[in-house]
Amino acid sequence: MAEIKRAAKVGKKTSSSRKRVPSKGVAAEFWQLRLYIAGQTPNSVAAVANLRKICEDQLKGQYRIEVIDLLEKPQLAKGDQIIAIPTLVRRLPPPIKKIIGNLSKTESVMVGLDLKPALK
Amino acid sequence: MPRANSKAVRRGIAKSPTGIQGLDEVTGGGLPRGRVTLVCGKAGCGKSLLAMEFLVHGAVLYGEPGVCMDFEETEEKLASNVASLGFDLPALAKAKKVLVDYVSVERSRITETGDYNLEGLFVRLEHAVKTINAKRVVLDSIEALFSELSDTRLLRAELRRLFRWLEDRKLTAVVTGEAGERTLTRHGLEEYIADCVISLDHRVTEQISTRRMRIVKYRGTAHGTDEFPFLIDSDGISVVPITSLALAHKASSERVSTGIPVLDEMMEGKGFFRGSSVLVSGTAGTGKSSLAASFTRAACARGEHCLYFAFEESPGQILRNMRSVGIDLERWVKKGLLHFHAMRPTSTGLEGHLSSVHKLIGQFRPSVVVVDPITNMIAASGSHDVKSMLMRLVDFLKVKQITSIFTNLTLGGDPLQKTAATVSSLMDTWIILRDSKPNGTPRRELYVLKSRGMAHSREPRELVVSRRGIELGRVRRNHPVATGIAGAEAVSGAEEGEWPK
Repeated sequence: MAEIKRAAKVGKKTSSSRKRVPSKGVAAEFWQLRLYIAGQTPNSVAAVANLRKICEDQLKGQYRIEVIDLLEKPQLAKGDQIIAIPTLVRRLPPPIKKIIGNLSKTESVMVGLDLKPALK
Repeated sequence: MPRANSKAVRRGIAKSPTGIQGLDEVTGGGLPRGRVTLVCGKAGCGKSLLAMEFLVHGAVLYGEPGVCMDFEETEEKLASNVASLGFDLPALAKAKKVLVDYVSVERSRITETGDYNLEGLFVRLEHAVKTINAKRVVLDSIEALFSELSDTRLLRAELRRLFRWLEDRKLTAVVTGEAGERTLTRHGLEEYIADCVISLDHRVTEQISTRRMRIVKYRGTAHGTDEFPFLIDSDGISVVPITSLALAHKASSERVSTGIPVLDEMMEGKGFFRGSSVLVSGTAGTGKSSLAASFTRAACARGEHCLYFAFEESPGQILRNMRSVGIDLERWVKKGLLHFHAMRPTSTGLEGHLSSVHKLIGQFRPSVVVVDPITNMIAASGSHDVKSMLMRLVDFLKVKQITSIFTNLTLGGDPLQKTAATVSSLMDTWIILRDSKPNGTPRRELYVLKSRGMAHSREPRELVVSRRGIELGRVRRNHPVATGIAGAEAVSGAEEGEWPK
């Protein structure tokens, strides 16, 4: 919990510099990501693996992933308004972003997370 | 409180009563239990309201807790929307009878990066259902998902899975859907709903809005494909059903006095049949209302409840006018036996009037109903609707064994020709009031043109409305009935009968 609080502070402080698209190693923000799954389905397992890989490649040392299994904690689905599974929520840096799917399309995950500008 | 009509429950399919007045009658007991029902229609047609009434009535009246997944309104907004109907959602939520889960749907599409499903929705629904042990579910309006998710093929497959999921858990569900251009719903949800589809419609003709309900499909249940008018007011939805699909109402042989001794005499000395319908036609100022008031007074004097629908005058005006002809109705109003209901004929469509007539009759439970005059009610609607509407009303009154008097204003000429045939054929008794000038002296006449099931006099009587009320005298013999063509047959028939020569 303490970590989340600290992260929120960091996120706030750096919100002015956030507009610039961060690239590898440049982003100073702390990334807090939450992945919602429902049981160990192939999609869920794939999503966890895909997310870990992307984060290790792009955000090494400055991210935290929280995996929430809704079969265990169904009451948590409402908070982030989860409908689809898997859903990835970028809690930090703001704004909150949602991405759904098993995250197999690395390019679109990076665009969705603002790790890469969208193709014109 | 509305009740389910247990009599109408048919064997075979189990029903979950909606508690919505009229709807349970039309559907033979409610919505199919343990199945999914689709309620569709354009924005503002009342589908969300129907769904919420189904849910809240289920929780309050039938001991079936319910979950509402609302894709449009937040819990707070929904609670304030239905508060006007007397539904206290926060209290019901506290008592674990109703649970509302607002599902926020993003206006823009969410980034989709590979395979997914709607398991999140299933988890939420299951959690909600388990929390309050729900038996009923409302999904309003699940089509909103189509704006958030681009993979419509997946979405359709998931919706199909969701409906099956609901049925597997034996949940009785109502799903709402926005009307499409050519299809019942914009995204064709009707394809997945096998058991029951109800379509709502709201249209405005001649600046009068009418709402109609149609049961498009109801598997395993005989249902009318007719459109049923319905009304939304402070009590929610009420549907005006065809109360008797067959002419099965029982005919009473009990008689009730007309309140005018000579008129009773003209009708075998006994008056009207209880539960029969009486039409009083006449030009302006011939004493139609006085006749109705005389009957009302007599009924109140017997201790019966009367409901007086006034479409032309205010209750105060009627009371004053009747007092001037020696008919004191005020005392019965004070005693609580007589209840006036005044409304402007054009304030709502004919359906609206019928709907409120139904409702008031349900509340007041009268033995006598007066509609004064029915002419204005007809004027409020296109003529082609009138017959079926009136038939419903007359049937409804007969089933309830309520004696009814309808006054009908005719404009000049012969009242026989001026009275719509559609109206008169529904009536058991038809009394004509008219002005005549037999010897150049104008006077009023009353005669009974028809009265089913009795040997009534067809002799016209002079009618005098004085401070002592309505008095009928004998018409001189040398002036027999001078009726129009329509009346000629009835008169010639009478000549062979009881008419004294």
